[in-house]
Amino acid sequence: MIVEVGHFALALALALSVIQMAMPIWAAYSGDEALRETTVPAALGVFACILFAFGALTYAHVMSDFSVKNVVENSHTLKPLIYKFSGVWGNHEGSMLLWVLILSLFGAMVAVAKNSVPPVLRTNTLAVQALITFVFVLFIITTSNPFDRVAPAPLEGNDLNPLLQDFGLAVHPPLLYLGYVGFSITFAFAAAALIDGRIDAVWARAVRPWTLTAWVFLTLGIAMGSYWAYYELGWGGWWFWDPVENASLMPWIAGTALLHSTVVMEKRDALKVWTVLLAVLTFSLSLMGTFIVRSGLLTSVHTFASDPTRGVFILAILVLFIGGSLTLFAWRAPMLRQGGLFAPISREGALVLNNLFLVAACATVLVGTLYPLLLEMLTAQKISVGPPFFNWTFVPLAIPLLLIVPFGQSLAWKRGDLAAAAQRLFAAFAIAFVVAIGTAALTWGGPVMAPVAIGLGAYLIIGSVLEVFSRARGYGNSRARDLSTIGRRAAGLPRSAWGTAIAHAGVGVLVIGIAAQSWAVEGLATLKPGGTLAVGPYVATLDKVGPQTGENYEETAAFLTLRTASGDMVGPVETGKRFYPSRKMSVTESGLKTIGVSQVYASLGEVMPDGSIGLRLYYKPLVLLIWLGAVVMALGGAVSLTDRRIRVGAPAKARAKPPLNAVPAE
Amino acid sequence: MLALATALMLVAAPAFAVQPDEVLKDPALEARARHISEGLRCLVCQNQSIDDSDAPLAKDLRVIVRERLTAGDDDKQVVDYVVARYGEFVLLRPVLAWHTLLLWLTPLLAVLLGGFGIWRLSRRRPSEKPAGLSADEQAEVDALLDRR
Repeated sequence: MIVEVGHFALALALALSVIQMAMPIWAAYSGDEALRETTVPAALGVFACILFAFGALTYAHVMSDFSVKNVVENSHTLKPLIYKFSGVWGNHEGSMLLWVLILSLFGAMVAVAKNSVPPVLRTNTLAVQALITFVFVLFIITTSNPFDRVAPAPLEGNDLNPLLQDFGLAVHPPLLYLGYVGFSITFAFAAAALIDGRIDAVWARAVRPWTLTAWVFLTLGIAMGSYWAYYELGWGGWWFWDPVENASLMPWIAGTALLHSTVVMEKRDALKVWTVLLAVLTFSLSLMGTFIVRSGLLTSVHTFASDPTRGVFILAILVLFIGGSLTLFAWRAPMLRQGGLFAPISREGALVLNNLFLVAACATVLVGTLYPLLLEMLTAQKISVGPPFFNWTFVPLAIPLLLIVPFGQSLAWKRGDLAAAAQRLFAAFAIAFVVAIGTAALTWGGPVMAPVAIGLGAYLIIGSVLEVFSRARGYGNSRARDLSTIGRRAAGLPRSAWGTAIAHAGVGVLVIGIAAQSWAVEGLATLKPGGTLAVGPYVATLDKVGPQTGENYEETAAFLTLRTASGDMVGPVETGKRFYPSRKMSVTESGLKTIGVSQVYASLGEVMPDGSIGLRLYYKPLVLLIWLGAVVMALGGAVSLTDRRIRVGAPAKARAKPPLNAVPAE
Repeated sequence: MLALATALMLVAAPAFAVQPDEVLKDPALEARARHISEGLRCLVCQNQSIDDSDAPLAKDLRVIVRERLTAGDDDKQVVDYVVARYGEFVLLRPVLAWHTLLLWLTPLLAVLLGGFGIWRLSRRRPSEKPAGLSADEQAEVDALLDRR
């Protein structure tokens, strides 16, 4: 019963989204302003309906209602409760429902954000959003209905793919979708601006919190996905340049560019048309990210369902939104008034360079991902574009980009002084140089480029610290002499300044983590209990191999003890192979021992009849910095989001505060 | 039951990537073998190098690479040997040739095109003064100011 009500709620959401879409258009024609506002309750209604539908599907999963096809295919009575929840979106249909749920959630948030968005822009944005909702709910109902029943109902389900029975599934897709779908709002804002033919700093200010929110979630989602792949796929890599990973990276890069160009637009009234184009492209790439894999055009290790009948629908959706919005752009963009100029040596100049390199990197990933497909269609020639290609092309674009970052922070708006900025950054250069030389000396005979990259990471971190410090200290006559003044002023800096510094330092942390992987060591051996295998500065002893039983799997586990080379105890490590009888599938469960921010990674191979095992060990120095760096970046975004200037619906009370220690404004 | 499960596991469990018995005695040769295999695609997998893959075909290819190396081939000869049998598809880093020219030039073209656009933008003179307010907007501002 509740499943049918859920199904009905989804159909109701479809109808309501038509109203949400039609009202602002009708209002524009009839001139009836009251009509325009009816789009707000419609948006809230759509959200309520989809939330109910999602709840109904979750109920069916948790109750193991095997009369629902989706539950039969993806659940099992013995499955642990957390995976009964996360299993709701661990399949095509359910993940689509999560996708539209988040879509309508963002719609509802825009609907209630009365104070921060001008009314016409808000309702037009909601109308564009409704079109997206309508198309995707229609897609779910017609081709991917999660509420389909089966009769007779089987007694037991097929269980969820064991690779997905992991905490990673519980958090990775929701985070990723919050990011992807968050960009639908920026897209809707851009389309609304194009339709209205009007765009200004107010638009930029209204859009920025949404871009930032989406970006924060996408950053976390990608980082979480990377860490999940790292420990789950069992060969210790953290980024594979797989089409699905590329598909999530592209909107992230474009979104990062968008974030920076919106700042330029807000402050300097420049780059308007470019920003609108970026907003359109970012969401187009998000759509591609969600769907190109499901259309069956590209295959990847991450594919869970590709069905050719859906493929056509998906391609039609992509053509509608990407083609439609680009057409709209080509038609309306020339009518937007271009404004603002910029001098090359200025903060906006640096931000333009940031956009240049980010977009070039994004284009490289896009072409690299799609090129084999296009080439095969045109010439029937089959080639592969894999990690070596991306490492060769992406890294040279990333390096100049990263070098500019501290300069961009340090330069003033309008007309910057490059020499003065370089002078302020002198300490960053000096420390980075010492770090690079020191690393090279310590690891003499090792990789050549890695110490340089470590130095680059240090330069980014120190550059961010210096930025906060020199702004807090002030310039000229207002230059502070004692630390307490600097501390007080630092606390009074705008949150967006802090956010920027934190996020950029996060990039530095990430760079160091990546660079350190050049010193990763691998060890490989066939071991009998009692045998040892050395990896880097550690030695592992195989204590025993034995069976273990979990809720829904049988496991052969290898128990290891890790010691340092000099014999000091580090701790136990356990790795195993789990066999899931319901799916007749086995997965490797890697064993991780975290030492500071480094890890020792153990992976069990073949288990021989004589009791010996194949064992692979990795020593991965500073590996956790890769994901910590991403988390710090997201944290920076979140801090920036709390800035008074862009807080959604912020009251203007702060204006009353007397500016005792006035800090030069941004 | 447990014994059955264990037995099944032995059959079903995928072996992982490079196995201890494949490793060459000579560490220098083995390092070269690893480097070569990282650039060769496992043909039956979705998107993995033969160095990472569990598939039997990947294992065969790894063994071939090591055989050729032991026979005294240099790295290029080994790769050519594999490409001659399995086609260009096996290379994870595509060759630089006419049909891949656009692919390899993308980063450069993107930077050059973008750079040209920026150059033109930065040379544009402020030809138009910031347009004043329209009559409607002026009225709105007046209304607001009056309200104060």
